Amino acid sequence: MWTIIKIAWRNLWRNKRRTLITTASVFFAVLLALVMRSMQLGSYDNMVKNAVSFYTGYIQVHKAGYWEDKSINETFEFTQYVEDEIKSEPGITSVTPRLESFALASSGNYTKGSAIIGTDPEKEARFTNLDKFVIYGDYLKPGDDGLLVASKLAEYLKVDVGDSLVLFGQGYHGITAAGEYPVRGILDFPNPEMNKQTIYMGLKEAQYYYGAPNMLTSLAIMIHDPDKLQVKVQDLKKKLGKKYEVMDWKEMMPDLLQEIQADNAGGIFMLGILYVIIFFGILGTVMMMSMERKKEFAVMIAVGMRKGKLILMLFFETIIIGLMGVISGVVGGFPINLYFHFNPIRLGGKAAKAIEQFNVEPILPFSMDPQYFYNQGIVVLVMTLLAFLFPLIFIIRFNVIKGMRN
Amino acid sequence: MAIIEVKNLHKVYDETSVPVHAVNGIDLKIEEGEFTAIVGPSGSGKTTFLNMLGGLDQPTKGEVIINGTKIHELKSKNLIDFRLQNIGFVFQAYNLIPVLTAKENVAFIMELQKVPKKDRNKRAMELLKSTGIGDKGNYRPGDLSGGQQQRVSVARALASKPKFILADEPTANLDSKSTADLLDMMAEMNKESKITFIFSTHDQRVMDRARRIVTIEDGKISSDKNGINN
Repeated sequence: MWTIIKIAWRNLWRNKRRTLITTASVFFAVLLALVMRSMQLGSYDNMVKNAVSFYTGYIQVHKAGYWEDKSINETFEFTQYVEDEIKSEPGITSVTPRLESFALASSGNYTKGSAIIGTDPEKEARFTNLDKFVIYGDYLKPGDDGLLVASKLAEYLKVDVGDSLVLFGQGYHGITAAGEYPVRGILDFPNPEMNKQTIYMGLKEAQYYYGAPNMLTSLAIMIHDPDKLQVKVQDLKKKLGKKYEVMDWKEMMPDLLQEIQADNAGGIFMLGILYVIIFFGILGTVMMMSMERKKEFAVMIAVGMRKGKLILMLFFETIIIGLMGVISGVVGGFPINLYFHFNPIRLGGKAAKAIEQFNVEPILPFSMDPQYFYNQGIVVLVMTLLAFLFPLIFIIRFNVIKGMRN
Repeated sequence: MAIIEVKNLHKVYDETSVPVHAVNGIDLKIEEGEFTAIVGPSGSGKTTFLNMLGGLDQPTKGEVIINGTKIHELKSKNLIDFRLQNIGFVFQAYNLIPVLTAKENVAFIMELQKVPKKDRNKRAMELLKSTGIGDKGNYRPGDLSGGQQQRVSVARALASKPKFILADEPTANLDSKSTADLLDMMAEMNKESKITFIFSTHDQRVMDRARRIVTIEDGKISSDKNGINN
């Protein structure tokens, strides 16, 4: 075996230039694929991380059927049991209770339909950094009876910090919800839609306003490892039972998922082109290495080398080329990805503004997911094995006499 | 007992639908220890005959029996193993493995035979010494002259301790001195170690050294006589 590997290795260097060119083509393709995909996947991670940490969380727990109607009537009681079951799930970093519905917000002659979000101010600040979006006034304190009003809505209603706002709407099971609340602060979100309609208030106050004491519409949950999202969702579903619906961000934000999937498809297509280049690069070399050595193969078989060993030798030659390219590509790509993982490319100008509208930080951090590095190796090795089919068939069908005449 | 026995051997190539009778009914026996030249003009069928003798080509009809084994009946894999254990080949263009050194080329055959590393390296060096190039063991074929490469080729052919050696025009690419030296060496091996050599050749110098000359014309043996060296 060792001699076969030795011959294969030395054969590769009989034509140094060709071997180096083939290895270099694999190297550059792997490097490009790694850097390109790492940036792409990293930006998706960033988008998702931003989107979920801005509002939804990775997971939400609702009363079964809530998501379809999003009605104040589809609330659930925030019992100790629910809290304990969720807290007992490992890997959950924070949980924020919310009571969300709609109401008319009115000030003077101005009235507008608004989204009212009742939340625990401290938990919400930890969860979504809501306090960072306050541009005027103060953030809500625990037990606060005031409101945080989004800037465009405040502008429309012509209210400022210290003014009062009347909320009027339908509460739990048809009761009338009405109240007058002081404006504690003005929020400014990057997302224009949120700026036009959002009002935050303390959870207890919201529960009182809607006549739904201790009731919630959602529990937003953050997890430590997004790769274990599905496991966590399944675990929570099992723990909480059918009375609750447990949804991940993909179900709650299908638009974002579709956008990622569409962009990802483009990336995969480009990757496919790179892989095809790798494949034909290796195939061309392997074909030449086989065709130009017909006589040598004929002699080897003549003197007593079984075709199986000859195939093994060519297998090593092919696989070594592929491995050299993959390993050098990964070694070359790793520090680049590592650097941009910790020092993400920061977008500026219009591109940054366009991204910020979606509450996404305008940076392109590179993914360091080790699985992607393995995948690169596996894909290129599969390409190499596909290219190896040529010498395999070539040797199986090889005729010694014809080879001798070559 | 004959080491090689050929009975009514035929080879017909059906190229472009016009059958070509390359070998057309050859009967031949070769005894152990012979130093035989197969001669004949180009296209006479001697290479085809030699290929069938070496188990590289299948006869259309007839039998090739080597040491009691009908090699034309062996399956491809068994035939390769048979060649490895019983036949040594020396080619016109030497055909050494270019990426292996002289010693590795010789040892490679023994590795195929699963001879332990220590033994095969020792024997490879002994064979290179016996072919007069013991000091060239670590040279690759590209660094050796034609004569030296052919000596390595002979050492390689001997490595497997074959029943006989088939040499296809072994001197065709060599100058006079290298040819003479090579023939001296092979004749000595034949005489002292009783190694059977069968040559296919055009070369008068080889014919002059042969103890038996078999002439093939139009796929048949036209003469089978003792050489002047007999």
